[in-house]
Amino acid sequence: MSSTFAPGAKTEEDNLLVKSPEKLAELESYIDSLPLSENPDRNRGFLIQSLHKAQEIFTYLPGCVQQYVADKLKLHRSEVYGVISFYSFFTDQPVGRHKINVCTGTACFVRGANKILDEFKRYLNIKEGETTPDGKFSLGALRCVGACSLAPVVMLNDKVYGNVTTKMVPEIINDCED
Amino acid sequence: MTINSAEALKEHVAKLKSAAAPETKILVSMGTCGIAAGTTPVLEAINKYIEEKNLQNAFEVVEVGCMGLCHSEPSIEVINTVSGNSIIYGDVSEVQVQAIIDAGADEIARGTKTVERTWYYPEKEENTTNAIQAKVVLKNSGRINPEVLDDYLVNDGYGALAKALCEMKPQEVVDEIIASGLRGRGGGGFPTGKKWQFAAAQKTDEKFMICNADEGDPGAFMDRAVLEGDPHSVLEAMAIGGYAVGAHTGVIYIRAEYPLAIKRLRIAIEQAEKAGLLGKNIFGSGFDFNIELKYGAGAFVCGEETALIHSIEGMRGEPTFKPPFPAVQGLWKKPTIVNNVETYANIGAIIRKGANWFKTIGTAGSPGTKVFALAGKINKVGLVEVPMGTKLKDMIYTLGDGIVDGKKFKAVQTGGPSGGCITASMIETEIDYESLKALGSMMGSGGMIVMDEDDCMVNVAKFFLEFTLDESCGKCTPCRIGNKRLFEMLEEICDGRGTMETLDKLKSLSMTIKDTALCGLGQTSPNPVLSTIKNFEDEYLAHINEQRCPAGVCTSLISYQINDKCVGCTLCARNCPVNCISGEKKQLHEIDQSKCIKCGVCFQACKFHAIDKI
Repeated sequence: MSSTFAPGAKTEEDNLLVKSPEKLAELESYIDSLPLSENPDRNRGFLIQSLHKAQEIFTYLPGCVQQYVADKLKLHRSEVYGVISFYSFFTDQPVGRHKINVCTGTACFVRGANKILDEFKRYLNIKEGETTPDGKFSLGALRCVGACSLAPVVMLNDKVYGNVTTKMVPEIINDCED
Repeated sequence: MTINSAEALKEHVAKLKSAAAPETKILVSMGTCGIAAGTTPVLEAINKYIEEKNLQNAFEVVEVGCMGLCHSEPSIEVINTVSGNSIIYGDVSEVQVQAIIDAGADEIARGTKTVERTWYYPEKEENTTNAIQAKVVLKNSGRINPEVLDDYLVNDGYGALAKALCEMKPQEVVDEIIASGLRGRGGGGFPTGKKWQFAAAQKTDEKFMICNADEGDPGAFMDRAVLEGDPHSVLEAMAIGGYAVGAHTGVIYIRAEYPLAIKRLRIAIEQAEKAGLLGKNIFGSGFDFNIELKYGAGAFVCGEETALIHSIEGMRGEPTFKPPFPAVQGLWKKPTIVNNVETYANIGAIIRKGANWFKTIGTAGSPGTKVFALAGKINKVGLVEVPMGTKLKDMIYTLGDGIVDGKKFKAVQTGGPSGGCITASMIETEIDYESLKALGSMMGSGGMIVMDEDDCMVNVAKFFLEFTLDESCGKCTPCRIGNKRLFEMLEEICDGRGTMETLDKLKSLSMTIKDTALCGLGQTSPNPVLSTIKNFEDEYLAHINEQRCPAGVCTSLISYQINDKCVGCTLCARNCPVNCISGEKKQLHEIDQSKCIKCGVCFQACKFHAIDKI
């Protein structure tokens, strides 16, 4: 974590912007297209959507990306980091190629979501919020995708699996080819 | 096309109504849960068959939002626009599509499942069928294509805005909303008109209308249904509110977990701007109004209005002390109205039909309807809209069709993590803001999670506390530390380590948090604990005094054992995820208790009742 704080530190992730100039260009053109106002205080209001875009492009928000967004919106890096650490949607850690999210909303809970989550943890041998060492899977829990009639529900990337049983866990994992 | 006056709107609608259209409409439910349940291939099959048979002139296929029939998705409705006949099909598969289209709207296709209509539309018709549901908020959801502006316009869309801007003064709009008795549908139940009055009274250069679409209560999805099924109704209402209080900017704060709702809102805003229904000089009245979208980023506390405002300002979503209320000092320190999606969805009908009409629905203290999301251990999971004052019994047994597998109804949790449970003995309760409060629960946003005899209420309370812990912003001590201690005490009880002293501490700390937390999240977080202790104290006592979990849920207090009914079929051993069951074929099996993870798979798999949960 300390490396993401040190401004200008030459770590591998600091090269991310240099390594992928096309991604950087995409983010730059997005922020430049925002209707930034004459009132600099109000430009802070564009921070969260800029971070959404940045995470969409880079899949996570390493220190260099945080610094870049901060500079563009004329904010301090600590303010950007404060926002990232507050909202569960944002992450400054790399994520797996496949995201498995077990819904632990109330309807799924009463229909046994915890057992499903436990089975994923056991099967992948990682905890909630972690990524497998090969970088293939990230496991998480989310609160309600609103598909309560299909409870318990698991999301694999954007696909929803309904009425999941512990027996289906290996099948779901095998659905990911690479 | 621009609609620049109320007359132009009338002319445009008249033209739409007289235009030739196919006689039969097929409505296909394309909300998030419909799509998840597999509506897309059904839609493709319908379009393919119509094209193959050249039926384009006879059938119009309409992709609609949520019909509320989650229990029967994929669902479609076939309507004859001339005779008015309609049939709703549930659990539709691709192979049934041909038969359904061939049968049309006048006879039921063979080999299909139909769904009974349990609602009526108060704005358009009398309740002649004794329907339990009354659709005001959801009147267009599941009826129109949310991505087609004309579909909304032909159903009185933007008529209320035209009426407000061209025939009413701003104060008259505020007075009408006050007179209607409409109360905030986000849970608190504060009178909407009064809120508007506060903001209208402020003299400043700038005011804001915010729509709170940060629906975070797990198990509640009514706001999503409105935004996915009828987005223009919210835009129209925000513009009406803007006119009433003197605001020219609207902001919709929507959670990022709702991609389909975001997409449809974006389309709707663009359409309305293009048609002149948002923007400058709407209907030639001189009133300007614009709406922008802001996204949440996964923080439940942002449903609290001051936290939500901070989040829009690009800060951490932490609440601040009220007063000042946002209606006086809100976004960018300007007077701001924050209303929930469902509240806005009522505004159009009130302006069109009047406050007196609105008050004929619901109860004296809580006029109108409320949308509930029925979920949990119930046969017909779905979205229902009922008049305030509807009995809980009617919702659970008539609309919800009772409990799954014929089990015993135990409790229903309303108000999510801020609410409490209502037990079987209170099933005759007529639901409104006051009655739920009197029972130690609250309306909340309208999630209703039904629980049966297999649910442990101590564990349920622990579940909600875990949620609050996760979502507490950490700003005030009672919520940050108090809830953590509550959670630990519940853990102790669930593990069989609790004492009577734990129970006493649990109660007194709960009361302290209620009295001292900064915002609504903290003040209501002990509700699930207090309500389960009040209604199910015997379950707490069983955990404490007998180290027993009556529902057989708390894993530390249960174990699985094989009895002599075992025939040695090996099914349990083959299903066990940790291979802790041993035994020869046709011999009595045995569970190695040291390895057992108590997942219950063997218990469910056994066909001979040979596994006991102790």
